[in-house]
Amino acid sequence: MAEPVVAVIGAGQAGFQAASSLRQEGFGGRVVLIGDEPVLPYQRPPLSKSYLAGQCGLDEVWLRPENFYEKQNIELLTGETVTAIDRRGRAVRLASGTAIECDHIVLATGARCRALPVAGAELDGVLPLRTLADADLLRERLAAAREVVVVGAGFIGLEFASVAIAAGCAVRIVEVTHQPMGRVVSAEISRYFTERHRAWGAEILLGTGVVRVRGDGNRATAVETSDGRIFPADLVLVCIGVIPNVELARDAGLAADNGIVVDETLHTAAPEITAIGDCANFPTRFAAGRVRLESVQNGVDQAREVAAHIAGKRVGVYDKVPWFWSDQRDLKLQIAGITTGHDRAVLRGDSDSGSFSVFCFKGERLLGVESVNRPADHILARRLLALADPGLSPAQAADASYDLRAHLTPRR
Amino acid sequence: MPSITYVHTDGSREVLDVPVGTSVMRGAVLNSVDGIVAECGGEMMCATCHVDVDEAYVDRMPAQSDDEKAMLEFTASERKPNSRLSCQLVVTPEMDGLVVYLPESQV
Repeated sequence: MAEPVVAVIGAGQAGFQAASSLRQEGFGGRVVLIGDEPVLPYQRPPLSKSYLAGQCGLDEVWLRPENFYEKQNIELLTGETVTAIDRRGRAVRLASGTAIECDHIVLATGARCRALPVAGAELDGVLPLRTLADADLLRERLAAAREVVVVGAGFIGLEFASVAIAAGCAVRIVEVTHQPMGRVVSAEISRYFTERHRAWGAEILLGTGVVRVRGDGNRATAVETSDGRIFPADLVLVCIGVIPNVELARDAGLAADNGIVVDETLHTAAPEITAIGDCANFPTRFAAGRVRLESVQNGVDQAREVAAHIAGKRVGVYDKVPWFWSDQRDLKLQIAGITTGHDRAVLRGDSDSGSFSVFCFKGERLLGVESVNRPADHILARRLLALADPGLSPAQAADASYDLRAHLTPRR
Repeated sequence: MPSITYVHTDGSREVLDVPVGTSVMRGAVLNSVDGIVAECGGEMMCATCHVDVDEAYVDRMPAQSDDEKAMLEFTASERKPNSRLSCQLVVTPEMDGLVVYLPESQV
């Protein structure tokens, strides 16, 4: 029998992890890792943080050096686009004209930046931030920029804003909702970060949209907002969310609805095709329904799960506690669990001290914990949330003298 | 360049020259040392770059931050008094000869 072949489509953090975990799990067949960017697989988190700020170089961005792939016998195809999945022929077709016959396909196709749907969005100086190439261009433009407008106050926008302020730029953040990072954090954390960014010198316009980017020739010069104001800008960062890359799956007849639809084992309706990371829409006990998560943890843990499955080591339900982080100036925000839908937010610690956590409950049940410069709470929350029932009450969470460890069973 | 020895659980050793200013974690990653995962890239979010520092070198290591102490509670393998996150061990000339032991598992 011919050796089995796994094609991993997408060479971001999830795809990279799937390929390397296949080897760690002892998979002996062919592993082909296909990425459309012309560079080695790299980490995205530093692109809006230390790499953007010039505090680290490329060596610290690559996930592994080039020789790793040879050493692990992973066939890495960079700058290569998959044009179609041929389910009948069990193959993936490449833009370069060849096809790779395979027994398993791991879809780690990621997501792409949502474009700003207004006139002038195509002007020079209006930039996205997702890829290494985006970050390189942004870093170059930031060095010369004086007035920056950030469209969208999510993690990326706020991380970028804190770097731009530190670089000496005047920064305005335009957010269409009334709650920065509102899709992922409680009102309390949102308010705290909004205040901090204002104290650092950013102007934040909430409940405000962008209606046009104005330019001189092909160069952006100003942003016009929904309340009729005009803000000069020589650099506009657009970070208004992403669109999952579902086209390959959909064209192959697989379901897509805010991501590629998979079951609790991360399989699509086709038993030989899994989807992981930013592109995957999966059911989880950590949320009310299905979710699609954009995080290192989610990509890496899901990659390990499918690799173990393909290698025949484990067949189970994907059940890892989601966690996220963001670095903004001297604030480290760490989130354990998914706090969306909470109806009670309990403060632990003192927000004036700059070190506190918000424990989010739905009724009596702990959904998640958002910590600012309070890593011990975060770690404990990850362990609590892994339990079938954390058993922590809102009153206990609010009582700073109450030892949260009482809820943990001995680890081993 | 300081020489760092990474000892695998089977006793095999990899001896690497790691530049001053680079972390013990990054030194391992750049040389594809098995047994250092470093999934968060040195942000102290994951505890998958856990090492045990040889007793002879413990005193030459930088002090542990509160973040590192908290994260060390989350290691997949047993935490020992000499356990550290290797992303926090930035190599100095005094660390030349350092020996670190890789744990059974990082995840």
